[in-house]
Amino acid sequence: MINYFKEILVGFWSLLAGMSVTIRYFTRPIVTVQYPREKIRMTPRYRGYPRFILDPETRTHLCIACEMCARICPSQLISLEGVKMPGAKQKIPYKYVHEHYYCSLCGLCVEVCPTSALEYSGEYRLAGYRREDAIFDHLVLLQQRQEAAGLPITPIPTEADLAAAAAAEAAAKKAREEEAKAKAAAKKPEPEGEVKE
Amino acid sequence: MELLAQTLGSDAARMILGLIGIIALVSVNALFLIWMERKVSAHMQLRPGPMEVGWHGAIQTIADAVKLMSKELITPAEVDRPVYLLAPIVIFLPVLLSFLVIPFSKTLVIRDMNVGVLLILAFAALSVLAILMAGWASNNKYSVLGAIRSVAQNVAYEIPLLITLMSVILMVGSLSLVDIVAAQERYWFILTQPLAFILYITCATAETNRAPFDLPEAESELVAGFHTEYSGMRFALFFLAEYTNMFIVSAVATVFFLGGWQGPILPGIVWFLIKVYAIIFLLMWFRWTFPRVRFDQLITFAWKILIPLAFANLLLTALILKLR
Repeated sequence: MINYFKEILVGFWSLLAGMSVTIRYFTRPIVTVQYPREKIRMTPRYRGYPRFILDPETRTHLCIACEMCARICPSQLISLEGVKMPGAKQKIPYKYVHEHYYCSLCGLCVEVCPTSALEYSGEYRLAGYRREDAIFDHLVLLQQRQEAAGLPITPIPTEADLAAAAAAEAAAKKAREEEAKAKAAAKKPEPEGEVKE
Repeated sequence: MELLAQTLGSDAARMILGLIGIIALVSVNALFLIWMERKVSAHMQLRPGPMEVGWHGAIQTIADAVKLMSKELITPAEVDRPVYLLAPIVIFLPVLLSFLVIPFSKTLVIRDMNVGVLLILAFAALSVLAILMAGWASNNKYSVLGAIRSVAQNVAYEIPLLITLMSVILMVGSLSLVDIVAAQERYWFILTQPLAFILYITCATAETNRAPFDLPEAESELVAGFHTEYSGMRFALFFLAEYTNMFIVSAVATVFFLGGWQGPILPGIVWFLIKVYAIIFLLMWFRWTFPRVRFDQLITFAWKILIPLAFANLLLTALILKLR
C-alpha cells in the first residue's frame, strides 16, 4: 500500500521534472539556421575544395606554375599552364582549372605545393545544375575575392602577353645560342693537353 | 423592423447565428492550434518552426488546408462504403454540438441547459464510435488496431473523467455549466480540488488521443491509426475534430476548475479564451515532453491509479460536504 502511493508520487515528480526540462528548452534561443537566408561560417579546419591563398603581403597568389599539384592529383583534375613573363624571375600561371566534380578533397595538392600557395576554402555549397558548374578557374576566383576585398586585381596574362612572352623567350634563346656559339668559337683554339690532365 | 427584432430574438435565429459562430470558431481555432502546436514543438526542440508563409508562418496552416482541399478523395476498393463515408461526419458533428452549452462569457452561451455537462460528455463519447467506424470500415489491419486501442482507451478513461467532474458537480449541485462558473465567484475550484484537476487533465489528454496516450494513431507503429485510409478533406475532418476536441476538453477544464469567464478588468470572453489556450498549451507541453506509454501501462494506469484516486477524491468531497 505504501509502495503504491510512493510509486504514484515518485512518478508524478518525475513527470514534473521532465516538464521543467522542456519548458527550459522552450525559453532558450533557437539554434537552427534558416539556411538560404542565414549561413554559418565554416571553422578553419573545414576542408572545402582547395583555393589560392590570398597572400597578405603581395596581395596576390604565390603560384609559380610548377605543376606539382597537377602531377600529384590522384584524379588528375587540375590542369594548369604557366608562362614566364619577360623580365620576371619565376613563372606565373595563366590558366589554373580545377574540375571539382571528381575531387575527393584528399588535400594532396595543398600538401605538395612548394610555395604553400593553396589552402582549403570554407565553401560548402557545392551543388550545381551542370557538370560545368563544378569547373573553376582559380585565377578567376582569386580575382573575385580580390574585388570583394577591395584589393588590386591580379591580371591574368592575355593572349597578347603570351605572344610577347613567347617572343621574348625565343629572342632570349636565340641570344643564348649565339652566345654559346661565340663561346665555343672562342674556346676552340685552346690546347687539348690541359683537358686530358 | 419589429419583425427583424423578433426574428433576431427568437430561438431559431439564436441557433443559426450560434451555429455560424461555432463553425467559424472551430475552423479558426483548428488553424491556430495547428500553428501553435508546430511552434510549441519547434521551440521545445530549439528550432524556429514554420517561418516562411506569413509572419512567422502564421498562415502556413491555411496553405496546408488549401492543399488538403485540393487533394483527391481516394476511396480504397475493399472498404465498407457507407460506414467509411459516414465516419468523418460522425466524428465531426458531435464535436460541433458540444459547443452548444459552453459558456464563453456570462451571456455568450448558445443555450444554458440544466444538463450541460451530460451533453458534452455524451457527445464526446460519440467520437469513440466514429473512430471505431473509421477503423473498421477501412478494412486495414492498422486502422482496426488503432480503432480497437481507441475504444479500450476511451472506455477506460471516461470513468475517471466522469468521476472527477462529479466531485465538482457535488460542490455546486448543478449540471449547468453557467451555474458551475457562477459558483466560482470567490475562488476557483482548482484550489479546493487540485487532485481532481490533475486527474481531469490526465484523462482529457487520453480522451483526445494525444501523446503520451496517442496509441490509436501511434505513427511509429500503426502508420496513422484509424485514419490511415482517409485522404484529402475527409482526413482534414478527423484532424479538425481532434483539435476541436482539444478546445472542448480545455473549455470544460476552464469551466470546472479555472473559473470560466471570471477575471478582473478584461471582458469575460477574453478571460475564457486565455484560460482555454493556457490549458491547451499545457496539453501541448505534455505531448512534447512525454514518450508514448505502452498499452498495458495505459490500461493499468487508468484502472489501478486514476479510477481509485478519482473515487477517493469523490468520497472525500462528499464527506467534507456532508460534515460541513
